[in-house]
Amino acid sequence: MTAYIVRRLFSTIVVMAVVAFVVFSLLYLTPGDPAAVIAGDIATDEDIRLIHARLGLDEPFLVQFGRWLWALLHGDLGTSIFTNLPVTQLIGQRIEPTVALTVCTLVVAIVVAIPLGVVAAAKAGTWLDRSVMAFSVLGFSVPVFVFAYVLILTFSVQLDWLPVQGYRNLRDGVWEWLRHLILPSIALGTVYVALIARMTRASMLDVLSQDYIRTAAAKGLAPGQVLIGHALKNAAIPIMTIIGMGIALLISGAIVTETVFALPGIGRLTVDAILRRDYPIIQGVILIFSAVYVLVNLLVDLSYVFFDPRIRY
Amino acid sequence: MHTNTAARISIKRVVGATVIAIAMTLTAPSVWAQAQKVLKFIPQADLRILDPITTTAYITRNHGYMIYDTLFATDAKFQVQPQMVDKYELSSDKLTYTFTLRDGLKFHDGQPVRSADCIASVERWAKRDALGQKMAEVTESWKAVNDKTFTLKLKRPFPLALEALAKPSSNVPFIMPERIAKTDASANITEPIGSGPFKFVKEEWVPGSKVVYVKNTDYVPRKEAPSWAAGGKVVKVDRVEWIYIPDSATAAAAINAGEVDWWEQMPPDLIPVLAKNKSIKVENIDPLGSMGLLRFNFMYPPFNNQKMRQAILYAIDQNDYVLGIAGDVKNGHPCYSYFTCGTPLASEVGAEPLKGKRDFEKAKQLIKESGYKGEKIVIISATDQPIVHSQSLLTAEMLRKLGLNVDLQAGDWGTLITRRTSKEPVDKGGWSIFHTWLVGPDVTSPAVNFALRGSGQKGWFGWPDDPKIEELRDAWFATTDAASSKKAADAVQMRAFEFVPYVPTAQFILPTAYRTNLSGVIIAPMTLMWNVEKK
Repeated sequence: MTAYIVRRLFSTIVVMAVVAFVVFSLLYLTPGDPAAVIAGDIATDEDIRLIHARLGLDEPFLVQFGRWLWALLHGDLGTSIFTNLPVTQLIGQRIEPTVALTVCTLVVAIVVAIPLGVVAAAKAGTWLDRSVMAFSVLGFSVPVFVFAYVLILTFSVQLDWLPVQGYRNLRDGVWEWLRHLILPSIALGTVYVALIARMTRASMLDVLSQDYIRTAAAKGLAPGQVLIGHALKNAAIPIMTIIGMGIALLISGAIVTETVFALPGIGRLTVDAILRRDYPIIQGVILIFSAVYVLVNLLVDLSYVFFDPRIRY
Repeated sequence: MHTNTAARISIKRVVGATVIAIAMTLTAPSVWAQAQKVLKFIPQADLRILDPITTTAYITRNHGYMIYDTLFATDAKFQVQPQMVDKYELSSDKLTYTFTLRDGLKFHDGQPVRSADCIASVERWAKRDALGQKMAEVTESWKAVNDKTFTLKLKRPFPLALEALAKPSSNVPFIMPERIAKTDASANITEPIGSGPFKFVKEEWVPGSKVVYVKNTDYVPRKEAPSWAAGGKVVKVDRVEWIYIPDSATAAAAINAGEVDWWEQMPPDLIPVLAKNKSIKVENIDPLGSMGLLRFNFMYPPFNNQKMRQAILYAIDQNDYVLGIAGDVKNGHPCYSYFTCGTPLASEVGAEPLKGKRDFEKAKQLIKESGYKGEKIVIISATDQPIVHSQSLLTAEMLRKLGLNVDLQAGDWGTLITRRTSKEPVDKGGWSIFHTWLVGPDVTSPAVNFALRGSGQKGWFGWPDDPKIEELRDAWFATTDAASSKKAADAVQMRAFEFVPYVPTAQFILPTAYRTNLSGVIIAPMTLMWNVEKK
């Protein structure tokens, strides 16, 4: 097991190196020039040339890449071209809202979706099953931003129960923190609920048709025990896989959610940086996203051991 | 026994302390917020660059007005008024200005404002700003007489010296400490320290989300009433939070719900929605508005031909652009002038081709005379900038009606402003037309209207080369009184309607919205936050 983890961590380094090179190359080739953005609308060629020279953007690709890579190896993700603030500081400012949103969404999704999927599978073919599936289709079909606006209009503008926008740090009070996350988590979590509920249902249906489930029921076990103790545990591997894959979905969904609810998270940082061609931020954020994604996949793989003792690494 | 009592006391204390801690956690922020008057404001854009000298971005200019002060300022009557300067005099040969600073001026780091700070700041500004560069050409020297008095010695009389120092829009000659103003003029400053009415709270700055200012309690305002950036800058709130909300629908919901007090600029389609809320006032606080423009690329056919450019004047209908940009005729009007309508130099001299009934036949005749051979016209546009994109769509439609070969290429603003730097032909990534807009104060005279230049490769994108416009501009700089200034500006405009460096498309206003518990919002062509009171 330890050897497997070490191997995977080493492969992570290789993946990160490839990502670093590809991201840097793509940004180099993408149309857009941060110097032109910095200079503003009222600028001349000379103004832009001076900014180019100051930022080192007029140097050859390999020189720029080498300089960035060297700094990266020393733990320095660089400095924002626009704000002059270190990228690590900017990411540090933005990490809490994104982590909070992701965790809350995951909690909402898992707490709602798994019971829905289990119930739908247990009552397959009934109105309950069809209702859960209809909800899933709706969850997939309605774009996050549309659902977000409906929530804002209903719960913030009409009922005045929850805030429209913004984020409060945990140190500002637990309730204030939570209030600002309820609507974004529901908006972002709906697609995720739909995804996990469908996967849970499908996986459970597969397991429920197995002989050992019939045997467990014939032994006289309570239906709940059969469902949770025998079926759900064996159906868990595909569900865990989809939850892991869903992290990527959450990251991309968080960009829209953070924009609509004006949450100062990593998603918005990325979009803003792309629009302004703030290369160091884009590179830093994508590297971190990649690392998180690879690590989540590793954790999901490791979790298989818990659900299925036959799996060995 | 003693031990048990101590244990009970300890448990009580722990429970009590925990309850108090939880209560404080849950209530502390709201109690703190009630103690302070906090003005929550949604700015037009995100503040990214803190240096108002290296960029001309209006959001950075507005930030500049928060934390910096100026030697002079222009008031609502277009008159120059002393601001940091207490008194000044001009020598009889009109070659030497002597300025004396007001008492009590202090930077946010506690240091007094000295002559050396003012000189270094103005010199840095003059390296970047077009009017500043013009003034630098005639400047012999800046000298500090003592800490409060300094002189500007000119090589020849320059009647616009005070207007330059009172320039209201980008770039504004803000005063910074000498050690900061010594920064290379192409590098951004990193210490936002001024002597203005607000202090920047760098620790709370979250780029892309929030900017925080607090009242500068050491600031000594002038006694006069505020008028644009002139007069007394009396701060009536303790703290200002700029909360950047990129999504318009969310911003509208936030002000509707009372989560923010003031929304600087809203899209025209949301104006009726907000106007329905009696707790919100939708108002035009910008007396000059903004000017839309259509810029040609002078390097390649077809717009390197004067007749092609003149043809556009006959076909373009500013009324369409007003509606396209502002959504309602109440929020804009045609302006047939190269200078902001409503300002002293504005006139309709030479504007006949642009106003009146549109004459497509005349336009087609000019196109024919120009020898147009069906060359592709590439309009570059930005869909994330509605003001740019609405103009681009209208222009594309109008050019197609004229039978021209049009290719509208829409991307984002970042791509547009990069692509317009290209001097390649259209088949190699170049362009033929782009649109943008400028705020009213940036188009009031030949001194500040940088699009109205004929300086070729040294000039703004499009690079029109016309020595005659440059000559007429120099003649305008040499005027010494209002009447001759107006006459010289008319001559510049006459030439502009002949040469057509760009086409003015509309004058429009983007109204502001604020909650009715605010009062004292200053009517000015830039957003100013002193004098604003929150009840």
